[in-house]
Amino acid sequence: MAEPPLLRVSDVTVRFGGLTALDRVSFTAGHGEVLGVIGPNGAGKTTLFNVVCGFQQAQEGSLRWRGQVLRGHSPHRLAALGITRTLQGLGLFGHCTVLDNVMIGADRHARTGGLAGFFGLRRTAREDRALRERAMAVLADLGIDGHRDALPGALPYGLAKRVALARALVAEPDLLLLDEPAGGLSEQDMEDLGSRVRHLAESMAVVLVEHHMDLVMKVCDRVVVLDFGRVIADGTPAQVQADPAVTEAYLGAVPRA
Amino acid sequence: MAADTVIAPAPPAPVTSRAGLSPLARHLLLAVLALAAIVLLSMVVDPFTNVRLATVGYYLLAVAGLTVLTGLTGQVSLGHGAFMFVGAYTVALLVVYVPALPFWVDLLLAAVASGLAGALTGAAAARLTGPYLAGATLALAVGLPSVTQRFPDFLGGSNGLGFTVNSMPAGLAGTVPSTRWQAWVVWAVVLAALVLLANLTRGRVGRRLRAVRDDEVSAALAGIHVGRMKVFAFLVSAVCAGLAGGLQAFLLGTAAPGSFTPALSLSLLAAMVLGGVGSLWGALWGALALVFLQAGSEELTHALALGTDVSNNLPLAIYGLVLIGVVLAFPQGIHGIGRTLRTRLRPRRTPARTSADDEGEA
Repeated sequence: MAEPPLLRVSDVTVRFGGLTALDRVSFTAGHGEVLGVIGPNGAGKTTLFNVVCGFQQAQEGSLRWRGQVLRGHSPHRLAALGITRTLQGLGLFGHCTVLDNVMIGADRHARTGGLAGFFGLRRTAREDRALRERAMAVLADLGIDGHRDALPGALPYGLAKRVALARALVAEPDLLLLDEPAGGLSEQDMEDLGSRVRHLAESMAVVLVEHHMDLVMKVCDRVVVLDFGRVIADGTPAQVQADPAVTEAYLGAVPRA
Repeated sequence: MAADTVIAPAPPAPVTSRAGLSPLARHLLLAVLALAAIVLLSMVVDPFTNVRLATVGYYLLAVAGLTVLTGLTGQVSLGHGAFMFVGAYTVALLVVYVPALPFWVDLLLAAVASGLAGALTGAAAARLTGPYLAGATLALAVGLPSVTQRFPDFLGGSNGLGFTVNSMPAGLAGTVPSTRWQAWVVWAVVLAALVLLANLTRGRVGRRLRAVRDDEVSAALAGIHVGRMKVFAFLVSAVCAGLAGGLQAFLLGTAAPGSFTPALSLSLLAAMVLGGVGSLWGALWGALALVFLQAGSEELTHALALGTDVSNNLPLAIYGLVLIGVVLAFPQGIHGIGRTLRTRLRPRRTPARTSADDEGEA
């Protein structure tokens, strides 16, 4: 039997009062795959991410991670599972340096408890050094190691966005959730982001919510289209683009002559 | 950030830790040096100044605890006087009712009791933010000391409990004045606690606390249990305040509700802001200001022979004015003055790096 997909979302339904934000949404994301989640504003993309991250509990349906159902799912457990997420905007720690931001992202690699921290044992110092090296390696990889001591607020938006990505990557996730990673980026930065995402997919699964269609169509292996909380299409970029239901969702019903 | 550095980032500085010392060894060394300085100082000043020296010590610990809470996790407490109250009364009750216990056990139990109180408060506080949290902790500062009125026989009512602690080793009796000995004990405890705090805030836990302060959602996504971190900060902070209270009781030989008014809680918060939020050094400047500004202005009013209405309120007014002045001129407090001067005087080698180094001193 084939290995189960990394993430399987089955029939997830979320209602806010009378509004159904997600309506029996199902999809899978597998290793080595870039999955795009698109849809008009209010289609439920961010709600879907919030369910996967445990910020929002689904009223119905289930999440499976490596075949195991996630019960009592909550955000602080994600990193340990091997799932990290970048946020819309930045969500950086504004009063911590770039290096500290990324080191906090690397926290899942640390083992020593709080008691050792009180006594500042050599072990904790060594571990801290290891975290720092990990963080520096990722910063160097993204070409922002020269800014390690800057505060995020002092960086141009494109670089700050890269810091946020570095913080998610340093945890070495198996699944990376990118919430509008191209928002506010320049043409060139978006180009870089596209090739980086392709490169990342060699070692993990990437799910991305994005409004820039050219980016989505270029980097994604598969695209899930949401509209009013329902999955209206799921297929390769070419299939999705050719789907009349998708065109209708974005542009409204095409009047028939 | 200059445009050219964006295009051509500076070569990364080598990743090294300072010296070969573990954080513990480095902080211990500093603490031993500080204790030696205190001992020397206590030999040359009069007994009255020794009491003040000890007072600076326990305020330093209380303000440092507040720094961990407010400076690192961004939770505001207007009720730290209540934790000092818990610590002071624990020591007082133990000395009075269980005189067989050595003083260090009393202090340890005071730390445990205030830690419990802090954890309970923190568990409630983790659900509150901003003004609501401040309000809840203020209620604690207002309410808790009046417990003494409810149990006047046990807790001594508004007069509190008076006692003497015989902590001095027999060998020193007669050769060392008691206030000098008290200053030594207070500072030894304070410095030991500060070593632990410095280890904690410099390392990974400090980083996690700061993450919670800056962005709770991102902190959770990095694998940090935000609620647990907040309770932990409250616990650590309350233990510091409780120890400070216990030391105060030891120093004064009394624990009375009048020492733990809401005004005390507010002074602690003001001292933290004055010294510099988020830095343990700031706590030192804050504690010094708390004791010596008060003392200095009291002496000033005395010298001016003003009416009691004026002389009673002038010290507080002076303290307030200094606070306003420092915050306006140096938003990062007294500790920020040094930092600002250093970055201005130092040649602009790698400006970003120096600021981070200073951050590390915290």
